[in-house]
Amino acid sequence: MKNQLKVLALMLGAAGLATSAAHAQDKVKIGFITDMSSLYADVEGKNGALAIQMAIDDFGGKVLGMPIELMSADHQNKADIAASKAREWIDTQGLTMIFGGTNSGTALATAKVASEKKRVYINNGAASSALTNEQCSPYTVHYAYDTVALAKGTGSAIVDTGGKSWYFLTADYAFGHALEADTTTVVKAKGGNVVGAVRHPLNASDFSSFLLQAQNSKAQILGLANAGGDTINAIKAAKEFGIGKTMKLAGLLIFISDVHSLGLRNTEGLQFTTSWYWDLNDETRKFSARFFEKTKRMPTEIQAADYSATMNYLKAVEAAKSIDADKVMTTWRGMKMNDFFGSGQLRADGRYVHDMYLMEVKKPSESTKPWDYYKLVKKLPGDTVFTTKAESKCPLWK
Amino acid sequence: MEIFGVSLPGLLSQLLLGLVNGSFYAILSLGLAVIFGLLNVINFAHGALFMTGALITWMAMNYLGLGYWWMLLLAPLVVGVFGVVIERLLLRWIYKLDHLYGLLLTLGLTLLIEGVFRSIYGVSGLGYDTPELLEGATNLGFMILPNYRAWVVVASVVVCLATWYVIEKTKLGAYLRAGTENPRLVEAFGINVPVMVTLTYAFGAALAAFAGVLAAPVYQVTPLMGQNLIIVVFAVVVIGGMGSIMGSILTGLGLGVIEGFTKVFYPEASSTVVFVIMVIVLLIRPAGLFGKEK
Repeated sequence: MKNQLKVLALMLGAAGLATSAAHAQDKVKIGFITDMSSLYADVEGKNGALAIQMAIDDFGGKVLGMPIELMSADHQNKADIAASKAREWIDTQGLTMIFGGTNSGTALATAKVASEKKRVYINNGAASSALTNEQCSPYTVHYAYDTVALAKGTGSAIVDTGGKSWYFLTADYAFGHALEADTTTVVKAKGGNVVGAVRHPLNASDFSSFLLQAQNSKAQILGLANAGGDTINAIKAAKEFGIGKTMKLAGLLIFISDVHSLGLRNTEGLQFTTSWYWDLNDETRKFSARFFEKTKRMPTEIQAADYSATMNYLKAVEAAKSIDADKVMTTWRGMKMNDFFGSGQLRADGRYVHDMYLMEVKKPSESTKPWDYYKLVKKLPGDTVFTTKAESKCPLWK
Repeated sequence: MEIFGVSLPGLLSQLLLGLVNGSFYAILSLGLAVIFGLLNVINFAHGALFMTGALITWMAMNYLGLGYWWMLLLAPLVVGVFGVVIERLLLRWIYKLDHLYGLLLTLGLTLLIEGVFRSIYGVSGLGYDTPELLEGATNLGFMILPNYRAWVVVASVVVCLATWYVIEKTKLGAYLRAGTENPRLVEAFGINVPVMVTLTYAFGAALAAFAGVLAAPVYQVTPLMGQNLIIVVFAVVVIGGMGSIMGSILTGLGLGVIEGFTKVFYPEASSTVVFVIMVIVLLIRPAGLFGKEK
């Protein structure tokens, strides 16, 4: 009796495995891992998943005859959680491709897993340029922006208007270091100098003492090499301590959700580089209106990029007639992309080269409707603002 | 004049800022110590109650037009009532059990409260302006101190000392302390111990909310604002000695200052220095600096 039970159990188990393996080819599974609950939750978060689902629905819900399923998870800004979730999905759920979000530490970890397991990995939220430079991979697509573009855009603009001496307030992890390093390179190349830097723990709530150190450095410009909740708290504290009287603030990575939270009074005059803004033209406004209807918030550049990247990925899958990562990537690199987010092409190192925009935050008197926060200062052509071939250490792009 | 490469004005300003942070630690750890000392419950929900205090302050301003000074009184009252509800409905059943159950229950509460607010308000934070009376800054010579921060230190110290006085020096405080040592005996004297216990939890919650109101103009009001503080506050209570009221006040202020110095000399460690100290104190004096071995 016992033996028969064992055999029955084994047979059922084998049947189960067989069906689940067969299942893996029946669906296209997109996995989305980002910060859903902490300091970066508003810049992408669950509304990023919503944007991806909008794209899936607009595409028709199916590709190559297979239904598309979206799974999402919260990495809580921990690289090990992101990597293990990606691994678990690939090994047990038949994941087709990974969408990565905010936090460069988690992005670099997930990119490694994706490269090892040969899955396409699209990242929109992380900024570290290392994703397409020292740690480039044939499967990584860095879609929206990176620290090099932010540095070249904002850094150059500020040095050109006279801001020569800089002091950095840096988030102490991969992203902050990359942004500080890339901006330092730009500032020095233009004849400026960096007086010093202070590194704060990620998700610090109190910036008063760091800001005071910055003020004591007597630099002209305070470069905020952090993002999301950290930037918001830093700007608020800077206002309180009157830092603006002796130093100019340079927000190196600003999202519309930050400006919305702080209000125009606290952010007017801030100059920064962005990959997209909801009010640029009719096409961007059309997408944003749809997004606003569902979420009551205007999309950030990352959420818009999530939609656009999903669309373009599915188009690439269709063109390649396969979900195999190598075939999709080869086909995708040959495609010209053009939609409400931007137009351009994927480079050999995984970088999506498209135009960026130098923006300035409006004064409260200049804002005429809700979420009317930015004015365009300059359009930055894609080939001037990303890493050049000479600067790149990526072995895939030689 | 320079000390280890930092100018004296720079050092003094950090000390002052450390005191401001320390006042938050002091009030919060006071509430926690009161609840642990008198109820034997490890109240993990303290951070969430702090956040609720700040959030209702913002809500009152936004939806009702009620100002800051009203909320200094109202927010602790509202959260105190909420504390009564929590105690009557949930905590009452676990007093006889191991400490860990209290920790888990209140941790669950925290996740609930934070999750609800997070789904409504997001995490970027809601702006709350400094009350007009306290706007502006004073030039102290070695730094410019926003007037509001000075107010925070004064208000916290006053409230902390008042609480310590009530608990240690008045009859009511004596009843409370006796009630937790030997509830049956105290009940035999005709004192309503369960009501006292409920009110104590409510008071602890009110203290957390008071700190929340103080914090609203300083930090962005976000559903996450309790998270960072609560862990440090726990460390403060452990270092000061669980159950020692004066211990938590002094330790809170002291650790705020030490954290301030760390931010100057080695900023990367500023979020961990409190825990390093906690480890050292636990190794040398397990009951905490001011605690008594039970």
